[in-house]
Amino acid sequence: MKELDKITNPFGDDKVIANCGLFGMMSTKGRRFSGQDAILAMANMHDRGNGLGGGFAAYGIYPEYADCYALHVMYESMTGKEQTEHFMRTTFDVVHNEEIPHRDPANSGVAPAPILWRYFVRVPKNVLKEISISRRGLDGGIKKESPRDGIRDDIDDIDDIGRIKEAIEDNREDIEDDYVVKQVMTINTGIADAYVFSSGKNMGVFKGVGYPEDIGNFFCLEEYNGYLWTAHGRFPTNTQAWWGGAHPFSLLDWTVVHNGEISSYGTNRAFLEMHGYYCCMHTDTEVIAYAVDLLARRHHLPMDIVAKVLAPPLWVSIDRMPEPERRLHTALRLTYPALLMNGPFTIIIARQGEMIGLRDRIQLRPLVAGIKDDMLYLSSEEAPIRVVCPDLDETWTVKGGEPIIGRLGGRVITGFEGFRGDSYEELPSTAVRGASGR
Amino acid sequence: MKSYLLPQFAVHRDDDRCIRCKVCVSQCSFGVHAYDDEDDEIRSNEGACVGCQRCATLCPTGALVIRRHPHEFRPNANWSEEMLLDVKRKAETGAVTITGMGNDKPHRVYWDHLLLNASQVTNPSIDPLREPMELRTFLGRKPDGLLFKDGRLITDIPPQVMIETPIIFSAMSYGAISYQAQLAFMQAAQELGTLCNTGEGGWPMDFRRFGRNVIVQCASGRFGVDPDYLNQAAIVEIKIGQGAKPGIGGHLPGEKVTAAVAATRMIPEGTDALSPAPQHDIYSIEDLSMLIYALKEATNYEKPISVKIAAVHNAAAIASGMVRAGADIIAIDGFRGGTGAAPRVIRDNVGIPIELALAAIDERLRREGIRNRASILVAGGFRNSADIIKAIALGADAVYIGTAALVAMGCTLCQQCNTGKCAWGITAQDPYIAKRLNPDIATRRLVNLVRAWTLEIKEMLGGMGINSIESLRGNRLHLRGIGLQEWELEVLGVKGAGQ
Repeated sequence: MKELDKITNPFGDDKVIANCGLFGMMSTKGRRFSGQDAILAMANMHDRGNGLGGGFAAYGIYPEYADCYALHVMYESMTGKEQTEHFMRTTFDVVHNEEIPHRDPANSGVAPAPILWRYFVRVPKNVLKEISISRRGLDGGIKKESPRDGIRDDIDDIDDIGRIKEAIEDNREDIEDDYVVKQVMTINTGIADAYVFSSGKNMGVFKGVGYPEDIGNFFCLEEYNGYLWTAHGRFPTNTQAWWGGAHPFSLLDWTVVHNGEISSYGTNRAFLEMHGYYCCMHTDTEVIAYAVDLLARRHHLPMDIVAKVLAPPLWVSIDRMPEPERRLHTALRLTYPALLMNGPFTIIIARQGEMIGLRDRIQLRPLVAGIKDDMLYLSSEEAPIRVVCPDLDETWTVKGGEPIIGRLGGRVITGFEGFRGDSYEELPSTAVRGASGR
Repeated sequence: MKSYLLPQFAVHRDDDRCIRCKVCVSQCSFGVHAYDDEDDEIRSNEGACVGCQRCATLCPTGALVIRRHPHEFRPNANWSEEMLLDVKRKAETGAVTITGMGNDKPHRVYWDHLLLNASQVTNPSIDPLREPMELRTFLGRKPDGLLFKDGRLITDIPPQVMIETPIIFSAMSYGAISYQAQLAFMQAAQELGTLCNTGEGGWPMDFRRFGRNVIVQCASGRFGVDPDYLNQAAIVEIKIGQGAKPGIGGHLPGEKVTAAVAATRMIPEGTDALSPAPQHDIYSIEDLSMLIYALKEATNYEKPISVKIAAVHNAAAIASGMVRAGADIIAIDGFRGGTGAAPRVIRDNVGIPIELALAAIDERLRREGIRNRASILVAGGFRNSADIIKAIALGADAVYIGTAALVAMGCTLCQQCNTGKCAWGITAQDPYIAKRLNPDIATRRLVNLVRAWTLEIKEMLGGMGINSIESLRGNRLHLRGIGLQEWELEVLGVKGAGQ
């Protein structure tokens, strides 16, 4: 088995430490634009990186293959490519494949590049059927739904959370996603010289060793049109330069760019391992991505609730909240204590149709937001936003623990808006008794 | 029979300093000091001295020095003085040697071989004097996840008990300790927003007002267990075993069963209070499950049920079974845990260190994917705040302190708890001796100790760049081993220093 950790983290440190510059921009109307502005913004934050990693994630760039998983793969050898392609033929329907267009590395100011290839694939129909049958066979209690039925309508009758979770997972999209995750993990940990660094639909990650503006130029990102771009410039302190080690980190269509060092890494990782996530790269960013995947995709928590798990309010604030809200936050903190991301961080998480910015709860790393018409900008500094959009409607420093969420077709949500007012009324009673008399 | 036992301690009295105030005479409950009227002299029977230092502490002129007796046997690497004396003692009595407190053998203390981390440059340390530092902890079963429907949380949260510091006072029964000592524990737990444990000796009626801060035990003797006992408490704990005497029951001699103790334990006055070695309705894991659910029924599923075991060789597998049997909390007592009375040979030779048991149990529950279903409490020889924070990094939710709390009240670990003569009034039942422990002063000392440790824990957490204890729980990356062998590092799940 290939140990990615050995490549990413050659000195065997507890985790890979990197401090960085972040940038994200999104049109909430879904207007598509080139990567030129994101490159320009990153060039403005040149000094936040040290040339050992830069990358971009772009959404909406493959409309012609919108229903295919776009796998971006880097190969260190032709053998790795042959083995991977053989593996893909047996596990996927490959609709199209080609080299990822790029300029000559020598003239782009980036490090010598691996072979970069992309595949547009579908999950074969027979695989889907087999998996759903075998899953349903294991689950004696809830046979009435077919995989396509929305399970979420039926959970009133079911008390047991484990069964509900199984039922929710028993639908087509999740089966496909889980299948793709599994194959990606197999390639990444099983095949030497091959690494899948992007695996979502109608989106792609482009990253490598070099300054971000050079990486953007190398990948010809000015020729792509997406409605959402995130970008990252890296200042790693304990890793050797490796193309796969750059950000964004991605799983399916989730991407994470991250600036910070998570002090709670060991706790986070232990909890995620309990839920079947193998943290093979030993980076903080990886645990954030897995945590978001667990909470948002597998536990179906709304994004603003996810943010409250990662960066919860302090108990002194929770104790002052009105009763229903206090109970909600208490439930979150006592159920997901191990997913609190402690220590300094700023993250920009993106997925299809959504971009989320979040800072740690005591604001140890910077995040600035800006709005102009339908555009939402998130950045480590204000200057790069001004570079690409000099006449902003509004700009502000984001508060710790308060997510900024941009959604397609919606307005920008700042803070915690998802659960307000009378939606609390029917909360189940929680028997939390405080020894302190609260 | 002439005793061949030599005195263990020598009493040195500076006659120039002694003012014949007779404090030592009245304070020594072991009858060491006696005043001779005719000679105006205080004489000492050194053979009775247990080295508790009560007289030396209270002597107003500092005239007394109690030190190890200087007599020496011929040196022998195989036969220490302690072994010689134990053989002689048995030859004279034909009885099992009974002792108090925890294992005093020089086994490796793993806490002293674990080092903590701190932040430098790449992430900032946090100053607890300027920023919030959260130690709030919830004890009880946690849900596997939360479900929302139409913006509403629809998951039921199992009963939880919230404590403001991860330090709890360990189980010590009324009978083993005095009424005054137990009152001090309850007052201190209330003031600190934490818990204390009644032990298995029942719960005096006038202490039930502290219910929010009390864990009651349901042990093999079932002393004092009735519906009110169970329902007034915050947590009910099934006691299977104790670190100081795994596999052994308890025996409170009839002399200590006063009218008040008898009423609390619901037994006749002056009779021996016997706790059988096993619980006679638990001969297997499914029996345990039945008792857990019987207690949940009795308390209307409103209280977490804890199960306490001694740390033994296969503790990890047992703990896993306990969680699956329905325990909301599992309490593990290591082999350095104290006792009011235990056979010395058991105390010193049975069980394993809490550090290793905790690491193995946390690891096992994680690998089985059930760590969230129970909180882990650990006990057995926690001496300072560093021990506690290391336990949390190894995976504990909170820590029971017993011996340290007794030391705060005055205990000097003279190991005479079983005799009922405790000169500090902590484990005495004789009202004359017990009264010397002022419950309010003892409360203040306990509160001060826990407050000081809590502040120290916050300092260490902040140094690691962590502002909430939940981010350290099971975070073994913040620990490094020093002076440990490969297998020990593996069991503890930590790297060596410098790695």
